[in-house]
Amino acid sequence: MSILYDERPFHTRVKDVMDNQFKVKAIQKAQDVFYTKRKALVEQVPAWEEFRTEAAALRDHTLRNLDYYLNMFAENAEKAGAHVFFANSDKEATDYALEVLRQKEAKMIVKSKSLLTEEISLNEELIKAGINVNETDLAEFILQTDDWNPPSHIVVPALHLERSKIREVFHDKLGYEGTENPEEMTRFVRKFIRKRFLTANVGFTGCNFGVAETGSITIVSNEGNGRMSSSIPRTQIAVMGMERLVPDLASLDVMMELLVRSSVGAKISNYFSLITGPAKPGEADGPEDLHIIIVNNGRTNVLGGEFNSMLRCIHCGACMNICPVYRHITGHAYGSIYPGPMGAVLTPLLVGYEKAGALPYASTLCGECWEHCPVKIPIHELLLKHRENIAEHTNVRPAIEKPIFKTAATMFANSFLYDMGTKAAAVGMKAVAKDDAMPEWMKVLPVAGGWIKSKDMGTMKLHKFRDVYAKYEKNKKKGTF
Amino acid sequence: MKVHFFTQCLIDMFYPHVGMAGVQVLEHLGCDVVVPKKQVCCGQMFSNSGYAATAKDAMKNTIECFEDADYVVSMSGSCAFAMKDEYKDILKDEPAWLARANNLSAKIYEFTEFIVDVLGVTDVGATFNDSVTYHTSCHVTRLLGIKEQPFKLLTNIRGLDYRKLDRMDRCCGFGGTFSIKNPDISAAMTKEKALNIAATGANVVAGADQACLMSIEGMLDRLYKTGEIDRRIKVMHIAELLNCR
Ligand code: SF4
Repeated sequence: MSILYDERPFHTRVKDVMDNQFKVKAIQKAQDVFYTKRKALVEQVPAWEEFRTEAAALRDHTLRNLDYYLNMFAENAEKAGAHVFFANSDKEATDYALEVLRQKEAKMIVKSKSLLTEEISLNEELIKAGINVNETDLAEFILQTDDWNPPSHIVVPALHLERSKIREVFHDKLGYEGTENPEEMTRFVRKFIRKRFLTANVGFTGCNFGVAETGSITIVSNEGNGRMSSSIPRTQIAVMGMERLVPDLASLDVMMELLVRSSVGAKISNYFSLITGPAKPGEADGPEDLHIIIVNNGRTNVLGGEFNSMLRCIHCGACMNICPVYRHITGHAYGSIYPGPMGAVLTPLLVGYEKAGALPYASTLCGECWEHCPVKIPIHELLLKHRENIAEHTNVRPAIEKPIFKTAATMFANSFLYDMGTKAAAVGMKAVAKDDAMPEWMKVLPVAGGWIKSKDMGTMKLHKFRDVYAKYEKNKKKGTF
Repeated sequence: MKVHFFTQCLIDMFYPHVGMAGVQVLEHLGCDVVVPKKQVCCGQMFSNSGYAATAKDAMKNTIECFEDADYVVSMSGSCAFAMKDEYKDILKDEPAWLARANNLSAKIYEFTEFIVDVLGVTDVGATFNDSVTYHTSCHVTRLLGIKEQPFKLLTNIRGLDYRKLDRMDRCCGFGGTFSIKNPDISAAMTKEKALNIAATGANVVAGADQACLMSIEGMLDRLYKTGEIDRRIKVMHIAELLNCR
């Protein structure tokens, strides 16, 4: 999958999703569960806010000194025996991966969950080269089996699929005959995937954090497939975003406290792997060969600029677990592997305003994402920055918008013009109003029509507050009030 | 105490009685209320759509209105947030205006915040004999951090039967021009809010941001007409409740 998997206009995607209320209901149910679990856990940590502040500072410090920490990381990883490759673009990253596969004569690979591999279209490139690709994360496995159904969430990519739908997919594609009981289905998948772990000679993994001090990579997972992808195949290729570093193990600890609680509302994840280099002689587990691909792919353009704080992101998904807009349009309306609030900021940075210019408007700027973000990214402010850039420097918005805003702004900056304009509008509204509300046929109108279609709209008053107050003040002076 | 009053253009145009309630509550509490005639709009509806430069005239006009004020009280939480935080950012390249924006920022208060934190009053002596639920608007609660003040005031209203709203702090879906640009998403959000309000059993829903209330009111009225909710639920600004004696 590339970053954008659905390039139809935003409104088309929204309509598609909203017409499929099954999907929406599934997301809402999941959001409610996340909300309750996370809230209970966070309330148990009295210093939660201090943790967030510390984590944000840690991320900023790392980003400010990224070159330093990247060098330190690479040096230490190499010292531990890993191969480190800096890929400037998605293509450089996938080319390097393909070269390793060629050397290893690998025809089949297993993969644990990694968003970055989606970002660089790794699967497509591997499949094109004739490699047999196997997702091993349960949710990713479901999506792959369902003909690469696109992900709707960064942590729980199959969140939009209900149990019954998953059973149907397994039945149709894999001949599964069991019930829709999750344990039963998981057992079925497990058997299926085990074989592949044992035959694949290369395992791909993502990396939640690279630790500069030790050159280690980390994999946080709930299913153990991350550990199997990194320990059974002889070669491991880990793909890491260049910003995903922490200086040392102590800072890793802070990030982990926040990541798991924010992400799934649990204290710890089921599995946590800290991998430093390949297996040493005599060690039972681990690959013989470890490659770490560090990916830039546009991140240096963001670094140090007005969107720098977005690079603090630790991909926990908390912002989409809470977002009231995501709640009604699901991840699929964003059309991007990075959906929700973080995606609405990140996607335009990675693919440009021409292709993703509608996303920054898919928000009420309510700030709930910022409140839940473990590294305090002011997402609502960044969305607003996007809107400013789009309005001032692109042709993405309809041409008529700017003059409308300009005219309105002149009127709303001058009490005389405002008074005249609103008086005329009030007279007009009064003339068409029915029981002090705009009649429903007005839904055909531009601008106000969208509102009137689903909500009542009252009329503007002939005597505005300023008129009523002037009278009140006069009477008060006369002592008649 | 002399208090300058920022009405909000929406209240001025659509809800004059809310503005009057605000003035009267402040007067009742001993304030000498001044309503500058020159005021119109805080400019936020333009800046939130990305037209920050376009919003500057409205912002400068607002700044001029309150130049001599000691305290400015805003009837709308989101306008208060704009004056407190956003002006500084948008006018940062115009040093003279930046200084004046900072001056306004230091003396702007949201309505409930002013009564509780500045006047030190939590019981305004109001009586309201009905069931009321409360929606905490995002700009008031989250961006301005005014969380307790409205409830301190509400719980002291005699006769008021408070009903807690489930996920009261979740956005109502208004979002300024969001409700115009993405009307279907906005409506779905407001509908969920309205149904939650109906589920409290309250006859009245109150809040401190008229824009959210306007959206909620439009939805409640529509859902009553379509039969999706069983009763007319009245929408009131908290100032109206506090002005009931
Ligand atoms: S933006 Fe914040 S809340 Fe959203 S995924 Fe990133 S770290 Fe998590």
